[in-house]
Amino acid sequence: MTEEIIISGFGGQGVLSMGKIIAYSALMKGLEVSWMPAYGPEQRGGTANVTVIVSTERISSPILSTFDTAIILNQPSLDKFEPLIKPGGTLIYDGYGISHPPTRKDISIYEIAAMDAAAEMGNPKGFNMVVLGGLLKLRQFISVEHVLKALRKTLPERHHHLIPANEEALRRGMEIIRERQND
Amino acid sequence: MDTSNQDILLMKGNEAIAHAAIRCGCDGYFGYPITPQSEILETLAAEKPWETTGMVVLQAESEVASINMLYGGGGSGKRVMTSSSSPGIALMQEGITYLAGAEIPALIVNVQRGGPGLGTIQPSQGDYFQATRGGGNGDYQVIVLAPSSVQEMADFVDLAFGLAFRYRNPAMILSDGVIGQMMEKVVLPPFKPRRTEEQIRQECPWAAIGRTADRKPNILTSLELRPEAMERHNIELQAKYRQIEQTEVRLEEVQTADAEYLIVAFGSAARIALKAIDMLRAEGIRAGLLRPITLWPFPTERIAQLAGQVRGILSFEINAGQMVQDIRLAVEGRTPVAHYGKMGGIVPTPDELVQALKQKLAK
Repeated sequence: MTEEIIISGFGGQGVLSMGKIIAYSALMKGLEVSWMPAYGPEQRGGTANVTVIVSTERISSPILSTFDTAIILNQPSLDKFEPLIKPGGTLIYDGYGISHPPTRKDISIYEIAAMDAAAEMGNPKGFNMVVLGGLLKLRQFISVEHVLKALRKTLPERHHHLIPANEEALRRGMEIIRERQND
Repeated sequence: MDTSNQDILLMKGNEAIAHAAIRCGCDGYFGYPITPQSEILETLAAEKPWETTGMVVLQAESEVASINMLYGGGGSGKRVMTSSSSPGIALMQEGITYLAGAEIPALIVNVQRGGPGLGTIQPSQGDYFQATRGGGNGDYQVIVLAPSSVQEMADFVDLAFGLAFRYRNPAMILSDGVIGQMMEKVVLPPFKPRRTEEQIRQECPWAAIGRTADRKPNILTSLELRPEAMERHNIELQAKYRQIEQTEVRLEEVQTADAEYLIVAFGSAARIALKAIDMLRAEGIRAGLLRPITLWPFPTERIAQLAGQVRGILSFEINAGQMVQDIRLAVEGRTPVAHYGKMGGIVPTPDELVQALKQKLAK
C-alpha cells in the first residue's frame, strides 16, 4: 500500500499541520512516511502545499509528479494540482472560494463544506480537522484512533483538553463529505 | 536496522542533525541563521544542551565569525560544528582552508540552496564543486558526506566527527533544502558523553590546550614562510589525502547487478532516482543507481568498473552538471556519460528524470 497525497491551500489554513497529523498518524500505525513542504515565501499570503507519502514500503522520492489523492483548499491550488491527479485518483475540495470547480471525469471528486462546518461548530481553527475527517472516510489507510493517538503523543499535556474538539471536527468531516456528480 | 528497543521519531533532517550533535558528544555549535537550515540552530536553542551535556550553542555575529570559532574550538581538540546554507558557506571558505592547512578537525554542515550569489532559498546541489574542490585557496581537500535521508542526517554527524578527528581534517555534511526540510522516521543515535579534558589530551596530543612540562608548546597554524617546510607540509597533506581516498570511499548501489544504464546521484537526487528506476524498469529499461555517500573521496574505482558493464551513465544532479566531471574522469571515455539536472531551486521530478534518461541514453 502506498498513498501519495498533496495538500494545498492558502498559508494559514493549516495545510502543513494537516500533513503533519497524517504523517504522525501513519507513524502510530507503523507505516513508512515522508512529509515534504513547499517552504519559503509561499507560506506568507500565497499558496502553501505539502506532499505526504504513506506506505508499507520504504519510500523513494519525496518529490512527486502525480498524486493518488489531492486535498485542495483554494482556486490556485485546484488549477495547479487537478491535472496532476492519477487517473482513478481522488480529489477532495472545499467549495468555499472556488469559482471554477473541477472538471475531470476520470477521477473521483468529493466536496466538503469544511469552512462552514467549522464555523457552525464554533471551532473555526478546527477547519483542517474537518477536512482530514473527510479524507479518513474515503481513504482508510489510517483511522480516527490513529489520529487521536498521534495528537495525544505530539501535543503537549496542557493542550490535551483540545483533543475532544478535534475528534468532533474529524467525525463531522466524515459525515459531511459528499461525492460531486459531474454532469 | 533493529529498532525494536528504540524510539522511532518523526522529524525534519535539520532537526535530526541538531539532536544527533547533542547525542554524539559535540562540545560546541557556532552558527548564523539562514534558510533552509535555520531549524538546526532553532532546535539546539530549544533543547538547551548547555544545561544537560554542557555543549555550547552560540549564535555568532556572522558566518565568518562562526568558522573561526571552529578554528579555536577544534584547535583545542573539541568536537565543534557549524551549519549554514550555500551563501553562508561561501563566506566560510577562508576559514575552511585555514582549518585544512592547520589540520584542525571540525564539522561544517551545508544545507544547500540555489545560487549563484544570494540566489534562492529553494533546494539545489550547486555547491558540489565548492565542497569537493575546495572553495578556498591552496591544495586541500575536505571530507564530504552526502546524506539522502533524515536518518543519514542523524547518523552522519558522529561519522563526520570520527573522520575529522581520525585524519585531523575538516569534514562536511553536504545536504540540501529537500533533506533538511522533509520529515521522515528517524532513530536517533544513543547518547555518548562529551570527552573529558584528560581524554582530549590523550586523543589529541597536537591540541593547543596548555603545555605540559614534558613537551614543547603545540602551535597550530597554516602559515609557513620557509618554502621547503611548506613543501614538506603539502607533501604530507597529499599523502594523507591519498590515504583517505584509499580507505574512506562510501557508496550505495541499488539494482546495479543487471543494469544496462547507470544513474549516479547523491543526496535528495538519489531519492528521486530510486523512483525513476522503478518506473524505467516497469517499462523494461534496466536502470540501476550508484549513490556516492562520500563525494570526496569519490567512488572513482567502482564507477570505472561499472562503466565496462553498462551502455551509458547518467549523472543526475540538481545543478548544471558538476559531479558529471568526476564521472567522466572515472569512465575515461569507455561509455557515454550524460548529465541531467535543473537549476535555480527547481527540483526535477521522477517523470522528468525518466524522460531525460530515455532521450539522452536509451534512444
